[in-house]
Amino acid sequence: MRIKTFPKGGVHPPENKIAASAAIRDFSIPEIVTLFMNQHLGAPAEPVVQKGDRVRVGDLVAKSGGFVSAPVHAPVSGVVCKVEPLPDQAGYKKMAVVLETEGDEWIDAIDRTTDLVTNTNLTGEEIIQRVSEMGIVGLGGATFPTHVKLKIPPGRKAEVLIINGVECEPYLTADYRLMLEKGEEILVGTKLLMKALQVDRALVGIENNKPEAIDHLSKLAKKYPGIQVAALRVKYPQGGEKQLIKALTGREVPSGKLPVDVGAVVQNTGTAFAVYEAVMKHKPLIERIVTITGKGMAQPSNFRVRLGTSLAQLVDAAGGLPENTGKIINGGPMMGKAIANLDTPVTKGTSGLVILPADESQRKPVLPCIRCSKCITVCPMGLEPYLLMTLGELKRWEEMENHGVQDCIECGSCSFVCPAHRPLLDFIRLGKANVNRLIRSRNK
Amino acid sequence: MNTVLLTIVSLSVIGGLSAVILYIVAQRFKVDEDPRIDQVEEVLPGANCGGCGFPGCRGFAEACVKADELDELFCPVGGNECMARVAETLGKKVVEKDPEVAVIRCSGSPDHRPRTNQYDGASSCAIAASLYSGDTGCSFGCLGLGDCEEACDFDALHMNSETLLPEVIDDLCTACGACVVACPKDIIELRKRNKKDRKIFVSCINEDKGGIAKKACDVACIGCKACLKVCAFDAITVENYLAYIDPVKCKLCRKCVEVCPTGSILEINFPPRKTNGHEN
Repeated sequence: MRIKTFPKGGVHPPENKIAASAAIRDFSIPEIVTLFMNQHLGAPAEPVVQKGDRVRVGDLVAKSGGFVSAPVHAPVSGVVCKVEPLPDQAGYKKMAVVLETEGDEWIDAIDRTTDLVTNTNLTGEEIIQRVSEMGIVGLGGATFPTHVKLKIPPGRKAEVLIINGVECEPYLTADYRLMLEKGEEILVGTKLLMKALQVDRALVGIENNKPEAIDHLSKLAKKYPGIQVAALRVKYPQGGEKQLIKALTGREVPSGKLPVDVGAVVQNTGTAFAVYEAVMKHKPLIERIVTITGKGMAQPSNFRVRLGTSLAQLVDAAGGLPENTGKIINGGPMMGKAIANLDTPVTKGTSGLVILPADESQRKPVLPCIRCSKCITVCPMGLEPYLLMTLGELKRWEEMENHGVQDCIECGSCSFVCPAHRPLLDFIRLGKANVNRLIRSRNK
Repeated sequence: MNTVLLTIVSLSVIGGLSAVILYIVAQRFKVDEDPRIDQVEEVLPGANCGGCGFPGCRGFAEACVKADELDELFCPVGGNECMARVAETLGKKVVEKDPEVAVIRCSGSPDHRPRTNQYDGASSCAIAASLYSGDTGCSFGCLGLGDCEEACDFDALHMNSETLLPEVIDDLCTACGACVVACPKDIIELRKRNKKDRKIFVSCINEDKGGIAKKACDVACIGCKACLKVCAFDAITVENYLAYIDPVKCKLCRKCVEVCPTGSILEINFPPRKTNGHEN
């Protein structure tokens, strides 16, 4: 049988999963944590603490700012020393709460043992409620609040839950290590998500460059009826929601529609684990797995880190910045963003840092488009990136909208293959932002 | 001979028939347009810059004809003179507006504002601003990629390759506002045009606390309020650690320039000061 994958476009960047063999290590509790209020998509959280307040691990620091929003909890115990806007990874000031650590005192409700809990009396509604209270967001990188995805809009029905263990970004290994080390917990989390969605089928998609994870989870899944592990052919961007649904179920999400319109809901493996901890252990989202990697790094690592830990500390623990460092990418090299300042904290969406040497990371001079159409061949959404970029340069936003710019998933495959090194995605993103503005002004 | 005659006759008949048809169609489908629109358009400068907020000069002319009063409408390129002629054409009244000019509110050249990182992405301020706050410690200042230069239809704005900042040529600037819209950092402001193009303004928009601002750029406004205290005309306000000089209230006395400790207030096109050493 042919191994499944999505049919349209895609590229195969060098995998470079050099941190794959590094077991997850607990990172020491930081002395200072900085918690941004906009660690998720949607409305920023609203601080409920004031300067001078004492908090324990797991205490609420900021409440959810709306339906599409998530609360933020204290990842350390200590004193609130700042509630003010601070520069984020991009350098812009965003509201943040800073805690100074004192001891490591947890709230009593959290079960800190590593015992596996598999049974719960909670109903689906209650699970969603718990997920929302515990501040769980999509940990694959998009940080969309998980409870929003679990509430199926009226008139539609979820039929299958898809667990995304693809991790198609080069370098990153956080999900892979989690699947190996916390496989059972991920499957229990999957069961909880299935209950919340009222579906009896779940598919765990893993690319076949991670045979150990496939074997491990397949063995464990035998105990969990309804959960099936599926191997996928390696192709980027298979971790994209729409691509993964197409690869596993053969269904295509129509333009402008949501996955649930074709009966699918996708959640990341990291999210499934966080759901397990939130529901079974009563633990809010206060830590996550972060990969610190790069060819020049002395010790590529996967850390379990309290949110708000400074990135500089993580880099030091992985062997420090190599001398020829050109760029530090937050996220994978395909979709991640170079950061301008290492003194910023780990947020809910930080899946890893990739430290690239100067000669590999610098952009090459932009040449004219030679109409080779490679970008069209690789676009997984069937768009025409060269055309969209040209329209973007000319600021013809309405035409960009007509050419489907809103369907772009920003995977960067077009920029990756362009032999003329054209910044295709940059202009497409600019177009998307402007088209969004147009649409908003039209709806007013 | 017959063939030649026949050709001439038949072509003439076809031509005549077509002329009649075209005439009937032109009469039948005639669009009645207010003739005043054409008259107003004649008076306008014809730059089609969009500075008035309408799509081109014809759009503006239509708006002028439709509007009851011309108060809200203004052609920044033609200025008061042009608006007066529009008003004359239409028999309406017009209020004189102070002419304006674009000023660049950032002096963060590399000498003053050390670069903390390097951007090698697409050469567009809009794209760079969507990715990060800039290649210096100042998250407010000019990105130096020239979106404003590209937006200017009048060749009045150019990037200086040494300071990496835009410079306005006052004589060419029509205050159409295209650069103001193009700048993602909101650095460019349209200010009242003074005699001899003299200008006094705070050339900084950094809203960080003084210490942070000064560390990022040594010509940043630190919000010390020295200018506020010295201003006799109540023209200066300080908000979010940033001073702002009201262009209408300012009487160009230059006292604030003297007291500014960081030199973030600029005086432009003034004669050199007398250096008699007796300044109070």
